[in-house]
Amino acid sequence: MENPYLPYPVRIDDITVEAEDKSLKTFKFVFLNEGDETKYAYQAGQFGELSIPGKGEIPIGIASSPVEKGFVKFTVNRAGVVSTHLHNMKVGDIMGLRGPLGNWYPWEQLVGKNILIVGGGFAFTTLRSSIVYMLDPANRPKFGNIDVVYGARSPGMLLYKDELVEWEKRDDINMHITVDATDDPDWKYNVGFVPPITEQKAPQGGDDTYAIVCGPPIMIKFTQPVLEKLGYAHDHIIMSLENRMKCGFGMCGRCGIGKELVCKDGPVFTLDQINKTPREY
Amino acid sequence: MTLVKIDKKNWAKGLTAAADAYRLFGPVRSKDHHRFNELEKGEMPDLNMVNTRLSPKALLFPQSETMLEYSLDESRDDHHIMKAVPKDDSPRAVIGIRPCDAKSTLLVKLNFDTPDVKDPYWLSAYEATTFIGMACDTPLSTCFCTTAGCGPYHEEGLDMLVMDQDDAYLAKILTEKGKTFADAAGWKATSDDTAAFDAGKTEAEGRIVSAIKTDNLADTDLLELHGAHFWDDVAFACLNCGTCTFSCPTCWCFDIQDEVHGKSGVRQKNWDSCMFPIFTVHTTGHNPRDTKTQRVRQRFMHKLKYFVDKYEAGIMCVGCGRCVRQCPVNIDIRRVCEQMNSFKPADACTAQG
Amino acid sequence: MFGYTEKMRDIAGRLLKECDVEMVIGFRKGTLPMMNEPCFVTTPEDVQSLIWDSNCGINLANYLTNRKEKIAVFAKGCDSRNIVTHIIENKIKRDQVHIIGVPCTGMIDKRKITGMVAGEIMAVVETETTIKVKTVHSETLLNKTDVLQQNCMLCGHRNPVVHDELVADPVDEQTDVDRYADIRKIETMGSEEKWLFFEDLLSPCIRCYACRNACPLCYCPTCFVDEAKPQWLGKGQDPTDVRTFHFLRAYHCAGRCTDCGACERACPVGINMRLLTRKLEKDCQDQFGWEAGLSPDQRPALDVYKANDPEAFIK
Repeated sequence: MENPYLPYPVRIDDITVEAEDKSLKTFKFVFLNEGDETKYAYQAGQFGELSIPGKGEIPIGIASSPVEKGFVKFTVNRAGVVSTHLHNMKVGDIMGLRGPLGNWYPWEQLVGKNILIVGGGFAFTTLRSSIVYMLDPANRPKFGNIDVVYGARSPGMLLYKDELVEWEKRDDINMHITVDATDDPDWKYNVGFVPPITEQKAPQGGDDTYAIVCGPPIMIKFTQPVLEKLGYAHDHIIMSLENRMKCGFGMCGRCGIGKELVCKDGPVFTLDQINKTPREY
Repeated sequence: MTLVKIDKKNWAKGLTAAADAYRLFGPVRSKDHHRFNELEKGEMPDLNMVNTRLSPKALLFPQSETMLEYSLDESRDDHHIMKAVPKDDSPRAVIGIRPCDAKSTLLVKLNFDTPDVKDPYWLSAYEATTFIGMACDTPLSTCFCTTAGCGPYHEEGLDMLVMDQDDAYLAKILTEKGKTFADAAGWKATSDDTAAFDAGKTEAEGRIVSAIKTDNLADTDLLELHGAHFWDDVAFACLNCGTCTFSCPTCWCFDIQDEVHGKSGVRQKNWDSCMFPIFTVHTTGHNPRDTKTQRVRQRFMHKLKYFVDKYEAGIMCVGCGRCVRQCPVNIDIRRVCEQMNSFKPADACTAQG
Repeated sequence: MFGYTEKMRDIAGRLLKECDVEMVIGFRKGTLPMMNEPCFVTTPEDVQSLIWDSNCGINLANYLTNRKEKIAVFAKGCDSRNIVTHIIENKIKRDQVHIIGVPCTGMIDKRKITGMVAGEIMAVVETETTIKVKTVHSETLLNKTDVLQQNCMLCGHRNPVVHDELVADPVDEQTDVDRYADIRKIETMGSEEKWLFFEDLLSPCIRCYACRNACPLCYCPTCFVDEAKPQWLGKGQDPTDVRTFHFLRAYHCAGRCTDCGACERACPVGINMRLLTRKLEKDCQDQFGWEAGLSPDQRPALDVYKANDPEAFIK
């Protein structure tokens, strides 16, 4: 019997400081045991449990993409006991990784569709995974237009800056990068919160267009009416929820929102599905 | 299905013989209550109990169970690598479990044994266990099993059901596991007295004086019920302690915690409770179930609505009555169930969060 | 105390009708013998659900914590002392609470009575001085004074120490009560014997926290047992963690505990954790002449500095 509580041993292969205030770091893990990477086959939108012996576990969205091989990456905000400890770990340290867990963005259903990605703050991780997945030469023809609205507090708080610059240069993805405010005179992108930028830049909704939204509660709250105004139906608005989790596979009971469990039935839900739950997240 | 008759004089001998092949567990008296313990060599289960204070769920789902172990000693090659701890999954038998508690294991199984993920700790223990049930001829006034999908002679979840017949026990062998146990105990004298079982069942069911109604729960709109007006009143007295969830045979929620002593550590599964505020609190401090009313509602909605909708296997309650008897402030699931089952959506108060 | 119910309904009805308060906190009849359920009523029509008898042992001060409404509450002697403590500790404002004092002759001990009769108790009927216990097969008449909760037997403040009105005339206070005979016995034990005693005392604990949660003093937003940063103690059933919880909680209640008995009453596994709180109560009495919750004008013993403090370290 597989033991879903038992993490794969991994080694920290690289650490990137992502944000100017050092609150965000991206950890690149390699599996210690041959074969484990194959078992860790995942889809964009899933999460893993980063497992630190002696400290505990945290559920974090997978930031690397299924088309990237040889490693998995997670971008972690320093907040609680485990993430703070992780931020103090160094390259070469050994820890554990469980997963992949949860469902994913409905890639089968999204084939042939236009995709609008709306992301804010450090919730951009599984969105990064999704963009890299869709831009992969083998996958890009499967999707229509791709628009990305991504905002952070300031230019220094944007994740994956090198990639953002690269994507800006491409003509097969429309990037709408924004910051809440900046005093950088050379800033050549948007200034403003995600909801109004979405209203200005995002394509109209319709049967063939889906929005994937991931961000802090306040952003989601104000983006939802914007998307409705743009004509996105509730079953075309796809969101990834967060709740306190422990097991990550639907047994420990704490992440329930009505009869759905965020860790197992989610974290990806359409707004239509979410509207049918008591929204206890 | 086979019936065997066991002369009470041979009961102890049979259990002693079975103990060669099984670890035996059963109810024993401890001060003012009964509890399920592993029986020592020659120790007999006390079948003169009504039921144990805590349910026997800990036999499969201990309150604290070590799952993994690891060393933090960097001089070791395997430091920081987690390993499953070995478990004793040798055959065991629970003697004298009540039918309500046996049925509860099947409800808990829905959580721990799913098509795509299985909890190996719970499931291995479950598979290693033979459940020898004792029919319940003296139920309490707070028992409502017969209207909770169960009953004093209910067979679901049992491998053998034993009834008391003065000088003898009459045992109904229900499964292959039950047969293997009967063979190990040397209980071979077959009987054809099924009528005795039927009579005992009818008589015992007649002694169940408490009932709930659950017929409307499935058809009531989930969100309307969630927004019902009565939750503040139901929750007012609640202390948000863990008594109901810990004493409940069907409550399965747990926490995962690391414990470190020196350089060696373990990862444990501990019982947890939806009554506790920290059960759901996010690292940011945001708590989706921040108020007492929200937490109390979660418990009753989980048992009597979410579970009903999700599994279509009835309610997540077997009517054992422990929470009713033990709640320090007398919050009574029978009363709450009545309110939920008779709820009409027109009563819904949309103002409630 | 027998027969307070009608008077209480009148008072509650009057207060609600005249809009003096937004809610009245009391008890309603339980679904089991010897159990009542704390409840609130907000309309004069609902006061008929209120009742009072010898099964109202839960401390209603616990239900006042951080509430915003204007509230009337029925308060026994112990409850009133906890309301005083609440006022001192800013958990409720004096002018926010209308205290309906309930002179009390003690609450009966469900666990003790259950242990005195054979079979399930189907009904319990009380008079001013007697408790009639009916099981399926028998009927037993008990003297109420013999079956009180231990804290009620030892109680020295049966009458509310603060109130806006009383349900009835004050009852006689008990005198010549030796509150600490059992505590002195533990004090004389050797360390080995003490260790075994406490090990046995706390071994049934399932960490449900009913004791803590029934206690009006335990209102910390995050209890030390739940604190994760730093984590003070493990969350499993390690006996060291279980004991640490009980000992530290008792210390946290030192000089504040009124021995209302709610903790012991609430405990589903029958632990007498009052042995811990009463030891500290005794120390506060011996060291500082302090009894908790008697006056809103006095700070608790461990909350003040006095030059004549008997401990040398403070000088």
